[in-house]
Amino acid sequence: MTTTDYERNIVLSNVEYNVVGTRPVRPDGADKVTGRALYGADFDTSGLLHGKVLRSPHAHARIRSIDTSKAEALQGVLAVVTGKDMPHEADESDGTKYSRDNILASDKVLYKGHAVAAVAATNPHVAEEAIGLIEVDYEVLKPVLTAPEAMKDSAPILHEGLKTEELGEKTDKVSNIANHFQHVKGDIAKGFADADVVVEREYNTVTVHQGYIEPHGATALWNTDGRLHIWCSTQGAFTARDATAGILGVPVSQVRVTPMEIGGGFGGKIPVYVEPIAALLSKKSGHAVKVVMSRAEVFESTGPTSGSNIRIKVGAKNDGTITALQGYLAFEAGGYPGSPVNAGAICIFAAYDVDNVLIDGYDVVVNKPKSAPYRAPGAPNAAFACEQAIDELAGKLGMDPIDLRLKNAAVEGTRRPDGPAFPRIGCVEVLEAMKNHPHYSAPLGPNQGRGVAIGYWFNIGFQSSVNINVNSDGTISLIEGSTDIGGTRASISMQAAEVLGIPMEDVRPSVVDTDSIGFTAVTGGSRTTFATGWAAYEAAQDVARQMIERAATIWDVDKDGIELKNGVFQSKADPELKMTFKELSGQLLDTGGTVVGRASMNAGGLGAGGGSFAGNIVDVEVDPDTGKTLVTRMTAIQDAGKAIHPSYVEGQMQGGSVQGIGWALNEEYYMRDDGSMANTSLLDYRMPTSLDIPMIDTVIVEVASAEHPYGVRGVGEANIVPPTPAIANAVHSAIGIRMANLPINSVAIMEAKWKQQGN
Amino acid sequence: MPAKTYVRTIINGEHVDFLCEPRQSLLECLRDVIGLTGTKEGCNDGNCGACTVSMDGRIVTACLVLGVEAEGKEITTIEGIAKGSQLHPVQQAFLENAALQCGICTPGFIVSSVALLEKIPQPSEHQIRFWLANNLCRCTGYDKIVRAVQDAATKM
Amino acid sequence: MHWIDYASPHSVREAVDLLNEAGGSARPMAGGTDVLVQLRANALPDVNLLVDMKNIPELNEMTMDPEVGLTLGAAVPCYKIYGNKAIEHAFPGLIDCASLIGGTQIQGRASLGGNLCNAAPSGDSIPVMIALGGVARISGPSGDREVPLEDFCTGVRRTVIQQGEILVSLHFPAPVANQGANYMRFIPRNEMDIAVAGVGCSVVLDNGNIKSARVALSSVAPTPLYVKEIGDAIAGKPANEETLKLAGQMAKDAAKPITDMRGTIEYRKHLCDVLTRRSLQIAIDRAKES
Ligand SMILES: Cc1cc2nc3c(=O)[nH]c(=O)nc-3n(C[C@H](O)[C@H](O)[C@H](O)COP(=O)(O)OP(=O)(O)OC[C@H]3O[C@@H](n4cnc5c(N)ncnc54)[C@H](O)[C@@H]3O)c2cc1C
Ligand code: FES
Ligand code: FES
Repeated sequence: MTTTDYERNIVLSNVEYNVVGTRPVRPDGADKVTGRALYGADFDTSGLLHGKVLRSPHAHARIRSIDTSKAEALQGVLAVVTGKDMPHEADESDGTKYSRDNILASDKVLYKGHAVAAVAATNPHVAEEAIGLIEVDYEVLKPVLTAPEAMKDSAPILHEGLKTEELGEKTDKVSNIANHFQHVKGDIAKGFADADVVVEREYNTVTVHQGYIEPHGATALWNTDGRLHIWCSTQGAFTARDATAGILGVPVSQVRVTPMEIGGGFGGKIPVYVEPIAALLSKKSGHAVKVVMSRAEVFESTGPTSGSNIRIKVGAKNDGTITALQGYLAFEAGGYPGSPVNAGAICIFAAYDVDNVLIDGYDVVVNKPKSAPYRAPGAPNAAFACEQAIDELAGKLGMDPIDLRLKNAAVEGTRRPDGPAFPRIGCVEVLEAMKNHPHYSAPLGPNQGRGVAIGYWFNIGFQSSVNINVNSDGTISLIEGSTDIGGTRASISMQAAEVLGIPMEDVRPSVVDTDSIGFTAVTGGSRTTFATGWAAYEAAQDVARQMIERAATIWDVDKDGIELKNGVFQSKADPELKMTFKELSGQLLDTGGTVVGRASMNAGGLGAGGGSFAGNIVDVEVDPDTGKTLVTRMTAIQDAGKAIHPSYVEGQMQGGSVQGIGWALNEEYYMRDDGSMANTSLLDYRMPTSLDIPMIDTVIVEVASAEHPYGVRGVGEANIVPPTPAIANAVHSAIGIRMANLPINSVAIMEAKWKQQGN
Repeated sequence: MPAKTYVRTIINGEHVDFLCEPRQSLLECLRDVIGLTGTKEGCNDGNCGACTVSMDGRIVTACLVLGVEAEGKEITTIEGIAKGSQLHPVQQAFLENAALQCGICTPGFIVSSVALLEKIPQPSEHQIRFWLANNLCRCTGYDKIVRAVQDAATKM
Repeated sequence: MHWIDYASPHSVREAVDLLNEAGGSARPMAGGTDVLVQLRANALPDVNLLVDMKNIPELNEMTMDPEVGLTLGAAVPCYKIYGNKAIEHAFPGLIDCASLIGGTQIQGRASLGGNLCNAAPSGDSIPVMIALGGVARISGPSGDREVPLEDFCTGVRRTVIQQGEILVSLHFPAPVANQGANYMRFIPRNEMDIAVAGVGCSVVLDNGNIKSARVALSSVAPTPLYVKEIGDAIAGKPANEETLKLAGQMAKDAAKPITDMRGTIEYRKHLCDVLTRRSLQIAIDRAKES
C-alpha cells in the first residue's frame, strides 16, 4: 500500500457563520476517550441478573414443544420465558404477530438464530448453561434462501397466512411474495422504441450486515408498580419504547427508555431485539435483567440488509439522451415482510431526468433474519445495478461516464419515478466536482482501473424536540432526544450556539430518556443534524425571543426595538443600550425567572431537504494471478447542503465509503444449504481493517437545501450508495470484465477470468 | 459450585485484588468484577480489539486472557492512559482530529496507539495501519484515526 | 462457558502429571488464542481443566546456537520471536509466520507451539516449520521423544501428542550457507484472516542451482501438507522460472483442498501454483543474500 497524502478536503460554500462550519471538539469527547462513557452493556444496578437467549439451530422449522423444566431447576436460574409469555391477543393483527414472533417465536422458527426461549440467572455463564438444558422438539422444514428461489411456486412457504399484495390490492394468493408494487412514469415502450442503444443486465447482491462494533444490549426493570424501565443501546429511545410497548401489549406511558451511549448502529439498532426479552425476564424474576448479545447472535439474529436480484434495461439515443429506464427489484425481506425494496425503488433512477420509467418491486420472505435498515437501505443494491448499466451504456456510446450522467442529471423540478418533484438538489454539482477533481485525470499504474458512480438517498425529516435552559453564567443546557451515534451533540449544539451568538463550548447538551423530552424520532434516515438541529435552532430562537422581551422589560423599551446579534442584545435606537448574552443570563433570576426555550417540530417526511447525492471516484488494483483487489485510491464527493461540523461530515463520508468497500469486495453472509451462516465471526465476516484501505479523500459540496434554516442536508447515508458500483466499474476498467454479482472477491474475479478464457 | 480464585494485580498503577471464576476472562473481570467498564467487548474472540489492554507492557485482547492469568501482572486499561486530569497526547489527538464517531472502538484504539508510539515514535502510515489491524472501527473508515496517531506522534 | 479450572505448573514434570491425572478432561494452554475461543464456542465440552504452559521455563526458552540451531519453547509468543535479532537473521521464514498470525494483540499471546498443536489445516506457522526441518520435542508420562514436524499433524485438529504429553519445544537445525526460507499465504484482507492457501518453503542454493528444497502447503488438505516430491524434482535444477513453474504445477497437483467459504477447490489449487512460485522466488532471493 502506498502512502499518499491526498489533497485535503475541499468545502464549496458561500455563507460564513460564527460557529456553523467550524470544527470544535465534541462535547462528549472527554468521556469517550477516557472510557467513562457508558454504553449499552455498561449499565449496572442492584440485584442485576443476566439473561441469555436460546436460538433455533434450524433455518425453518415448526416448534412442536419446549421443555424448560431442567433449566428452571438449575441453581442460579431465576426465570425462563418462551413465546408463550408474549401477550398474543385473540384479535392480534398479522403485523403485531410478526413483530412478537421475531422477538420470541411462537409456532415456527424462520431463520437459524431465531429466538425461542430465554433465561435469567445470577451469572451469564449459568444462564448460558441453563439455555443448554432447554429441550425443543422441532419439525424441521426445508429452507428457502434467496428471492428468486422463494418466488417460485414450488418454494417452501414461510407463512401460511401471508397473502400477496399486488399493486396495492390484497389477493388470495398465499406465497412468499409479500408485496409487488410499481412506479410508472411516461411510456416505457415508447422510450425503448426511441432508443438507439439498449443495455439490459441482471445483477445480484448478497446479505450483508451493518457490522457495528457494539453488540446489542439492554437492561430492563419491570418494577412492582407496573412501570417498565429499559436502559439500552438504541438509535431511538422513543421508537424503542413504542415498539417494546406494542410487543408487550402495554401502554407506552408504562414504559420508559433511557438511551445509553450507542456503539454504532447504521440502522441496525432501530429495531428492538433483546429489550422485550429482558422485560419479560424481569417481570418473571422481579429483578433487573441485562441481556447482551454475542457477536454470532448479532450476525444470526439481528437484521442485516437484504440480498437482492435486480434487472436493469436502459435505452438511449446516440447523443447520450436516455429515453427509457426499466428496473426489476426483488429483495429478500428475511423471515418477515419488510425489506427496503421500496426505498431501493425510489433511489434507483433518482439521479436521472428521464421521461419513461417503469419499476417493479417485490418484497419476498426467505429463511434469513428479518432485514433491518442499513445506511441508505436498499439504495446501494439499486445503485450497484443501475450505475453499472449506465457505465456500460457510456462505453457503448463512447461517452465519458460522467458526461453521460451530467447530460441526463436530475435537477430541481425533475420528477422522481415514485412521484414527487425534486426541490433544490445537488446532483449536477456533485458530478461536476467529480469531473473537476484531480483524481479523475490522475494516471493509473499497471493492473489498475478507475470507476465512478453516483448515488442518491432521500433522507427523512420527522419529529424532533429540544428544550434549552439558560443558565445564569451565560451557558445553556440543551436537552434532546436524539441518541448521539457520531458527534450529533456537537452538530446540534452548534446550531443553537449560532442562533444565540455564543461559542459551542457554552452549550451543554444532554441526551435524555423518554420521560424527559418530547417525542423525537430515530437517529437514522440522515435526519439528526437536519431535524433535531433544526429543532435546536427553533428552541434557540424561542430563547432569543424571550431574552429580548426580558431586555425590553429591563430597559423599559419596546421589544421590537431590540435585536440579538453575535451574542449581544442591542437597542436599535440607542447604541448605549446593550448587554451580552452572558450579562443578560446573569440577570434572569432577578428579573422574572429563568428562560426555557422549547421546540417540538416536524421537519418533513420522506425526501426532507431534497435528500443528498454522493459520488465516488475509485481506483483499484487487481492482482492478475490471484484476483485480489485492493482499493488504491478513493475520493468521496457529497452534497451536505451545509456542513455544520465538516470533520464529522467527512467522517460520515469516509465511514460510508469504507463500508462500501467491504460490501463490494469481501463481505457476505456465506450461507450453507441448510440455511446456516458459515461465517459468524469477525474473522470470517471480513470487514475492512485499517490495513485494507487507503486514506479516503473527501469533497463536501454545499448546495443549500431550501428548507433547513442553515441549508443542511443529512449526510449519514448517501455516501454508501456509490461505492459498490464505482468499484465494480473500476474492476471492469482494470480487467475488462463486468462483475454482476457481489461480492467481487478474488474467487469471483478468477472464475470470471477463466470463463472468459474459455476454461 | 467450585471455589473462586484470588488474584492479585496492579491495574493502572494501583494494587487491585479480586476474586474470579477461572472461566472468567480478564475482560469480564475488569468490567463486571472490578467495575472498569471502559474496556469494551465487541466480539469476545480476539478479532475486534475493543477490549485491548496492556499487560506487562504488551497489548493483548482482554477477552482472550483469563482473569486468573493476571496474577502478579501489571495491567493498563483506557482508564489509566490519562495522567490525572491531563489527557494523553493520543487522547487529545483523537478529539481534535474527530477520530471517533460512536466511540465504542476508541478505548481499544487509544490503548493500541499509545503502545505503538512507545515502540515506534514516528511510525509511517503503513506501520500505523499494520499495528492497528487488530482493532476494528466500523464508523470512521480509519482515515481520521490514522491522522490522529500521526498528529500525536508529532506532539510527543 | 461451562465451569473450568485452571492450573499453572512451573515444571514440565508437574504439567505432565496434571494432564495425566486429569485424563482426557485437561488441556494445555499456551496463549489461549485457540483454546479459549474453542471453549467459548462450546467446541470442547469435555474439557474442564486448563493447564497453563507459560510459567514453565523450558517452554519459554529461545536459544540460538550457531552449531546446534534454534530451540524455541513451545509457549513463546510471536512478538518475542520477531523481536529477536538472532532469529530474524537466521530464520526469516519463522519471522514471516510469527508476524502474520492474527494482529498485534494476538501476537502478544499466540505461540508457534500452540499453532502447531492446534493442528488447523490453515495453521500459518506449520508449513515453513516443516520446510525448515523442524523437530518437535515432546515430554510425557513415559519419557521424552522427538517427532519431525511433517509427521506431527495427523488430521484436522489431531496430532501425535498423546494423553498426558506436552510439546516442550521446537528445534530447527542451524541454517547452512546459501539457505533461504519463506512463508506466504493468500488472504482476502491484508491482515487478520485465515489462509485460503499458504506455502512454506526452504531452499539451499549451489551456484545458481537448487541444491535442495522443502515445500509444504497449508489450507489445502486435512493437515498441513509436506510435498516431498517438489524438493526431489527441483533439486539440481537451475533456480529459474522454469523450475519454479514445475514446482508450482506439482504443488497444484499435490493439493487436495475442499470448497468452503474461503475458496473453491479450483481456486485453491490455482493459488498453490501461484504462491509456490512466488514463495520459492523469495526464498531463493534470501538464499542469495544470506
Ligand atoms: C483473532 C485471531 C486471529 C488469528 N489469526 C491466525 C492466523 O492468521 N494464522 C493462524 O495460523 N492462526 C491464527 N489464529 C489462531 C491462533 O491464534 C494460532 O493458532 C496461535 O498460534 C495459537 O497459539 P496459542 O499459544 O494461543 O495456542 P493455545 O490456544 O494456547 O493452544 C492451541 C492448542 O494447542 C494446544 N497446546 C498449546 N500448547 C501446548 C503444548 N505445549 N503442548 C501440547 N499442546 C499444546 C492447546 O491445548 C490447544 O489445543 C488466530 C486466532 C485469533 C483469535
Ligand atoms: S472483544 Fe476482545 S477482541 Fe473483540
Ligand atoms: S467510532 Fe464507531 S466503531 Fe469506531
